[in-house]
Amino acid sequence: MNLAFYIHIPYCLKRCGYCDFNTYTPSELKIANSLNEVSSSYIDLLLIEIQQAKTKVTSAAVPSIFFGGGTPSLMRPSDIGRVIQKIKQEFELKDDAEITLECNPDTVSKKSLSEFREVGVNRVSFGMQSAIPQVLATLDRTHNPENLLQVTSWAKEVGFSQISVDLIYGTPGESLADWSKSIDAALALPVNHISAYALIVEEGTKLAAQIKRGEIAPVDDDLAADKYLLADEKLTNAGYEWYELSNWAKPDAMSKHNLAYWLGENWWGAGPGAHSHLNGKRFWNVKHPNLYKERIQSNQSPVADFEELKRDQIESEKLMLSLRLPSGVNKESLNQDQISGLSEYVKSGHLDLKNWNHGRATLTLDGRLIADRILRQILL
Amino acid sequence: MPAIPSAKAPQPAATNPAQIRNFCIIAHIDHGKSTLADRMLGITGVVEDRNMRAQYLDRMDIERERGITIKSQAVRLPWRSGIDGQDYILNMIDTPGHVDFTYEVSRSLAACEGAILLVDCAQGIEAQTLANLYLAMENNLTIIPVLNKIDLPAAQPEKFAIELANLIGCKPEDCLRVSGKTGEGVEVLLDQIIKQLPPPVGDPKAPTRALIFDSVYDSYRGVVTYVRVVDGHLSPRDQIQMYSTGVRHEMLEVGVISPEPIASNGLGVGEVGYLITGVKDVRQSRVGDTVTTYNNPAKVALAGYKDPKPMVFSGLFPLDGAEYPMLRDALDKLQLNDAALVFEPESSAALGFGFRCGFLGLLHMEIVRERLEREADLTLISTAPSVVYNVTLEDGKSLVVTNPSEYPEGKISEVKEPIVKATILAPSEFIGTIIELCQQRRGVQKGMDYLSEDRIEIRYTLPLAEIVFDFFDQLKSRTRGYASLDYEPVGEEPGDLVKVDILLQGEKVDAFSQIVHRDKAYAYGVKMTEKLRELIPRQQFEVPIQAAIGAKIIARENIRAIRKDVLAKCYGGDITRKRKLLEKQKEGKKRMKMVGRVEVPQEAFIAALTTDSDKASEKRK
Repeated sequence: MNLAFYIHIPYCLKRCGYCDFNTYTPSELKIANSLNEVSSSYIDLLLIEIQQAKTKVTSAAVPSIFFGGGTPSLMRPSDIGRVIQKIKQEFELKDDAEITLECNPDTVSKKSLSEFREVGVNRVSFGMQSAIPQVLATLDRTHNPENLLQVTSWAKEVGFSQISVDLIYGTPGESLADWSKSIDAALALPVNHISAYALIVEEGTKLAAQIKRGEIAPVDDDLAADKYLLADEKLTNAGYEWYELSNWAKPDAMSKHNLAYWLGENWWGAGPGAHSHLNGKRFWNVKHPNLYKERIQSNQSPVADFEELKRDQIESEKLMLSLRLPSGVNKESLNQDQISGLSEYVKSGHLDLKNWNHGRATLTLDGRLIADRILRQILL
Repeated sequence: MPAIPSAKAPQPAATNPAQIRNFCIIAHIDHGKSTLADRMLGITGVVEDRNMRAQYLDRMDIERERGITIKSQAVRLPWRSGIDGQDYILNMIDTPGHVDFTYEVSRSLAACEGAILLVDCAQGIEAQTLANLYLAMENNLTIIPVLNKIDLPAAQPEKFAIELANLIGCKPEDCLRVSGKTGEGVEVLLDQIIKQLPPPVGDPKAPTRALIFDSVYDSYRGVVTYVRVVDGHLSPRDQIQMYSTGVRHEMLEVGVISPEPIASNGLGVGEVGYLITGVKDVRQSRVGDTVTTYNNPAKVALAGYKDPKPMVFSGLFPLDGAEYPMLRDALDKLQLNDAALVFEPESSAALGFGFRCGFLGLLHMEIVRERLEREADLTLISTAPSVVYNVTLEDGKSLVVTNPSEYPEGKISEVKEPIVKATILAPSEFIGTIIELCQQRRGVQKGMDYLSEDRIEIRYTLPLAEIVFDFFDQLKSRTRGYASLDYEPVGEEPGDLVKVDILLQGEKVDAFSQIVHRDKAYAYGVKMTEKLRELIPRQQFEVPIQAAIGAKIIARENIRAIRKDVLAKCYGGDITRKRKLLEKQKEGKKRMKMVGRVEVPQEAFIAALTTDSDKASEKRK
């Protein structure tokens, strides 16, 4: 079987105001002054968990590894290399495996990028978010937007052919013109993959509190819809194709790792709070790095809880994930109620008529914007 | 020790009428009637302390929760007078305390010789109490004024004694002072009932006549009928006959309540008790009817029998159409115990199959709906209540309209609507705002009196439809909750009325149609369309909302199509969370009713009930 690996690096130099990911700053963890010092000992823990995965799965082909976070680029390249080697040693790492590292533009140099490449990373993804300083300030991001051209160029120069940037739209205070500039800026970079996410104001974040207190305006969903349409138009014109609701790529630059999630394949998530999926069973690790460390060091499983999916839930997830892809859902897998519910959306232009007549429910551009609404219609 | 050991107490069917006193308690909700009744049960020894529970006589959950009595009861209390040392039987007849049940109250009063007028001496008398007091006075009942809750720090017994004295023409010092809570003054009250109230008078040799003052369905025993014997005698061996229907019934059991039912050898003149005949439906044993014996039937019925007439109509529909049969069964069952409830099948283009139900009033409507939801576990949509219109067409034909969607489209020569006489009691500082409200609601002032220095009684005639339309809420909010209201029907009058329809996406939604006065139609249309725009969530298409009189559009709003309804991210760790979120949202969607292609939340169907749009949006949160 195939088993993709997600490797979680739960460290950041500073927490951004909108972020609710499982990540920690040195001051929150009360650990060493520099995360560089943490790198080696943390990676040791990951190697133990990979060993545990080996015991459980015994053999698998690995089509992709994804270092996410947090800020994986804070780790030493040699330590990232140790993880890749361990996976290669315990499993069958495919020759064409995609190995992605998420990078903060502030924390990489040409040298470090080159070293990451040398240890086996072949795809980098930069958190760009916006080209507008004021928008970055609302998001509480510290990087200088001008760095993006620099770091992506370095990446290209040291030999990366798969380079992605993430954008966020819908930040309070961001105008349609601001967003347009950010897309143009991303398109001007030497990259071949762009993710564009509508800002989700997650409960418990600093941003949510600021909005609640009235310091920052709430997100305007109608404007966000316009921004999505603008992004799709500009990216399509620039030769990108959407291959998932929030992801666009040049031909042959789609992320294999992300597709594994959406196609319901198996993956192992290593690190605090990481989620795994093995043949209809989902499990996830304890969230806090210190607890994770305790568990691993005492040779226990770091799994916090699991969910054995029932048939309906497997079906629901399959619908939920596949509807977000251009290939959509095969009508043959749907029951009569689902078909009749969906036919309303064909009439209203949210599902593509031609594909519908050829046996598939696929979202039109307008339909992509209300995908959750359509899903609620057909969930079991 | 005025409680009588039970073996020595005068027994049913063998009690001299001179030893009997029949009384009821007239009180407003929360003025402490049930607590006082509980206390009387305890002091007379019919309920031992260890069996005591609060509001002993209120049987239904709803009664206990809301602190109101929906159905009456009668309890036989033996008591040795502290004044003359003789043994007596006190029959306490509990009366419903709400305006919707005036007729039932009047029958309970007819079964008594006297009434305790019980007033919370921290609050003073309320409009409904006043209405019932007048009813009691009309029935020539002896009134004993009693101030309750004298233990409260906020009690003002002097002030309200004057108010009561003015009302019933006694002296302030004649008002007894009690505390149902502590028991203070209750023994004195029992003695005074014996002293002041006349004993019942009747002819034991005449053909039997007993007044039905309540009728309750019990799932084990069938209908339990509460009666007061006026003439003659009821015995367990009798075959009885209902005067109004002439139907004969076998008597299965006769007895008294003290406070649980106890079978007896019969009931004599002046006695109060129950009888069971095996009848399964309270409509065969109607409040107000006369019970007589089959072998020696009475020639003349007791006065005052009438059929309860529903005043307010509303459609009840199951949210889930598949629950229609359950709703029908639940209504059938409820009707066994509620002769005033009427219903017939109704089908609505918007809401599917349901029932058009007639109620005595708004509280009755609320109680029925709540019991259906609670006892039968149904989720219901009720349409805005409507009154009964008598419509005469230009061609001379006339029809009765209880459902706005059936209001004729053709040429109408006259529409008559029910009118009520309303009595409002309030602190005098609110005169201005109350008069303003009544004028807005097409009221005609009939008079105004000061009950005391700072309390007034205002009398108006008003169309019932105006009262049904959130009048009470408005009155309460304008008077900071101090005003009380009572009303009774006084016939019907022609009105300049029109039907306002509401259209969603150009389609008329029958459940939203309302009949309103022509002068208010425009404002109503604007308000309704605005309110619906707030209440109906954005859909994936634009939804125009229009208000129309006939073909003429009088107001319009627009619900813009939803543009974005998707969460951007869905990676490994998001999948479980996202599936659960969608499942939760899907559950929420089930609380919506599909009207055509539009998802309409339940609240929207009663939006027409309130004029306050803040309230509507608040509910949504």
